[in-house]
Amino acid sequence: MDEFQYRAPARVIDESGRDVAHPHLDNRRVALVDLLDRLLAGGVVAMGDVELSIADVPLVRISLRAVIASVSTLAEGAARELTEESPQRSDQGR
Amino acid sequence: MNTKAPNADRTTGPSADTPSRPALGVWLYAVTSSRGRETSGLPSGVADEPVRLIDADGLTAAVGTVDLREFGEEALRRNLEDLDWLADAARAHDHVINALARSGATIPVGLATVFADDGNVRAMLDERRANLSAALSRLAGRTEWGVKAYADPTAAPPVAESDASGADTEKEGAGTAFLKRKRAQLTRQQSAAKVHAERAAHIHARLDRLSVSSRLYAPQNPALTGRREHMLLNGAYLVDDGCLDAFRSAVTFLDAEVRREGVHVELTGPWPPYSFTAEGLGDG
Repeated sequence: MDEFQYRAPARVIDESGRDVAHPHLDNRRVALVDLLDRLLAGGVVAMGDVELSIADVPLVRISLRAVIASVSTLAEGAARELTEESPQRSDQGR
Repeated sequence: MNTKAPNADRTTGPSADTPSRPALGVWLYAVTSSRGRETSGLPSGVADEPVRLIDADGLTAAVGTVDLREFGEEALRRNLEDLDWLADAARAHDHVINALARSGATIPVGLATVFADDGNVRAMLDERRANLSAALSRLAGRTEWGVKAYADPTAAPPVAESDASGADTEKEGAGTAFLKRKRAQLTRQQSAAKVHAERAAHIHARLDRLSVSSRLYAPQNPALTGRREHMLLNGAYLVDDGCLDAFRSAVTFLDAEVRREGVHVELTGPWPPYSFTAEGLGDG
């Protein structure tokens, strides 16, 4: 059996000219936010803890405040104060 | 994608005697029926891994083997809060699901559902067989569409019933006139908001009637959408394929109807039925 080598996923540049910044973007060109609404339980809302199911390990709560805060300003004055604290979060892993 | 190796204690490289064996997990994309399902033509997954199928008595799970250094619980805590990583993972996940959905009823799984191994995936399929089968039946021949409505910020708000902006400047001071104008403005804004809310409810009710099922999402965060318009409606509609023409016509008609009041409607889709699978994958 070949040795497993950890390899960072390569960015694929498709000859059909798909957007190289988003190598997995398919022809539908869906908006990211529309996708996140659907993929993250409860959707991407202002208050932001998302509960993800990782079967057979405990639930992971991800704070989306950090995600939203990391977005470079797309619209001036759009910042909304996110005040909800997650009781589940610890400093572990941060 | 996050390319940093998160485990700092892996200081020794592979050797002839002790090859490195990082912990692997199984990322779940979707559940389908087994009939006619094959991997050829499926795009690669979130880790650029080949997507493979696990069959269990008529149900099939589409999965990919992933390295837990990037896709395990601890790594996900970090990576999911990195918008670039999240965007890449979300699009890759959706790309696989979309390809599966083109070939038949597909239950999409939420992002970041990771199992320890194939056996656990099979166990999940067996445990949830009844719900999953029922969900597949319900989803056959149906497609999700998204409809959003926005208030156009440049459109003049509807005129309020009593516009008190006319101040009698001969008898009133400038202060009173100012306050009257402000109150009139507030009244107009409140009236506009009320009209907009009513229009959004009207649009939703019309489309809901043409759908098998519908689901409302919260308005999207402007920091993420980059759009200044006020979002009035963010709905998902499960539409029977035979009803699609009527649904799309209704969206076009409703958009034209509400433009007069400074509202416009946008359609997205087709989507795999992300918004209508809670029953199939819910607990219990």
